[in-house]
Amino acid sequence: MAKKRVAVTGVGMTKQRSSRPDVTGIELINEAVRAALDDAGITRKDVDAIVIGNMDHFEGINYVDTWSVDGNGALMKPIMKVCTGGTTGTTVAMAAYYHVASGLFDKVLAIAWEKNSESDTTGAIITAFDPFWDRPCFAGAVAGLALEATQYMAETGATEEDAAYVAVRDRKHALLNPYAHLHINLTIEMVMESPYLSWPVKMGDMCPRTDGACALIFASEDVVDEFPHRPAWILAVADRHLWAYTSDPYVNQKMVGGTWFPAMEKATEEIYSKVGITDPLNQFDLAELYLPYSFAGLRYMESLGFCDRGGGPELVRSGATDLGGKCPVNPSGGVLSSNAIGATGLLRVAECALQLQGRAGERQVPNARLALATGFGGCFWSDELILGVDKPEKPRG
Amino acid sequence: MAEKRKDLIKISSGEAEQPFRWSAGADGSKFLTEIRDHKRFMGIKCPKCGKVYVPIRRVCGPCYVEMEELVPVSDEGSIVTYTVVQFGFVDPSTGKQKPVPYCYAVIHLDGSDSYILHFVDETDPEKLKIGARVKAVFEDDDKRTGSLLDIKHFALLDQTG
Repeated sequence: MAKKRVAVTGVGMTKQRSSRPDVTGIELINEAVRAALDDAGITRKDVDAIVIGNMDHFEGINYVDTWSVDGNGALMKPIMKVCTGGTTGTTVAMAAYYHVASGLFDKVLAIAWEKNSESDTTGAIITAFDPFWDRPCFAGAVAGLALEATQYMAETGATEEDAAYVAVRDRKHALLNPYAHLHINLTIEMVMESPYLSWPVKMGDMCPRTDGACALIFASEDVVDEFPHRPAWILAVADRHLWAYTSDPYVNQKMVGGTWFPAMEKATEEIYSKVGITDPLNQFDLAELYLPYSFAGLRYMESLGFCDRGGGPELVRSGATDLGGKCPVNPSGGVLSSNAIGATGLLRVAECALQLQGRAGERQVPNARLALATGFGGCFWSDELILGVDKPEKPRG
Repeated sequence: MAEKRKDLIKISSGEAEQPFRWSAGADGSKFLTEIRDHKRFMGIKCPKCGKVYVPIRRVCGPCYVEMEELVPVSDEGSIVTYTVVQFGFVDPSTGKQKPVPYCYAVIHLDGSDSYILHFVDETDPEKLKIGARVKAVFEDDDKRTGSLLDIKHFALLDQTG
């Protein structure tokens, strides 16, 4: 059981860019950490413990916790590395939350980063999968996601153009975020005319590969008043993982009880029951979702309960998920605009915190009080966090 | 601090290799040797739920029990979902460009409850569909080495007849 209520009290990030040859990974991490410490009005000395994460195979650096100790601020402090694939950034957030919620640490620094420019992203992703059963045919995230898109379209009648609406929405939002990597005023036509990477997924449907870092300060209820910004409270967390091989999620749709995307559905059921969410579209003021490609912005809305199965296209086309709509999705521009993979999940939590603190600049959702952040990874697993302005009544897992 | 991009140094890992030697385990080895020596698919059956897994694995995840019983599985099945890969990339298993376009699919072999990933010999999305029947095509006898690639691909079966 959680002993303490926990809030995000400081946010730091680098600008997300296609390549940062001017810095090493250590220096990139340090940029985000210094920004977070400055934002929180504290110094390295005030930090009780650190959680750091990335995906080793993108840089070929396997000891990031110790290798980056000068940059990450952990010199002679407790630090642990977390890597859960695509969900790494949200798992870093959850691990930092656990540190503080346990009552063992008051101020925890969460760091997530990637320099995707340092290797071939598809090749590196393939090495994350099983050498006997997956690697011979698997073609990384693009093709793995395309398998999902094919099935989704066949089962619901959704179209490639429906998906293009998601790609356009997130890129439009990114125009308002100076930290986003892609700043392109995309149109439906541009997405539809972009070349196929892996049918039915086109260039315009996919996230970029990015260099970037993000750092957050997680603080106990006992110390939140020491910080300059109002706390963005973590109301609850939940996560679910599926099995080993890339073909397993399609099996699990039948075998582990979910109907569609079991890991997301079960995590959603748990976290919504903890916080009392019954009508997410009307209860959340915004959602920062790990949507690595456009079709996810249709299908995952269904697994998250924003609409019925097959209702994703109508929901997105209605404008309800645009900035200014009922529940804006990805006001930051989302993963489709910036994807420094290890950092990506933590950036979702960062955007929720900035929005709840009223510090999101031109993309600010007016009076944002309740926000959902998700992480997505590998064999269709799922991390979820709900953040809110109102302090929870009691500590909650 | 505004260095010119050309003055920023990068080093490459170049042609260096760090080889790995992975174990398929006794059961995985059985699956691969059956393919290599007899062009036959084997699955493994859960004693609790009765589900048959291909590829073979030791533990049934939902039941969390060890499996021992090997059962034959068909070399024919159907497509669960598929994609046609069109972008070029270097295959980290070989260090070479993967020849594109190629189709790979999640395939449900008859007699199995789980699925495998493999190539299908058709790259026109219009000619592929979920549920289409496919059959394994094996490498020649002298070319099979005990790898999933001992199956060359799955051939799309003609459904018109």
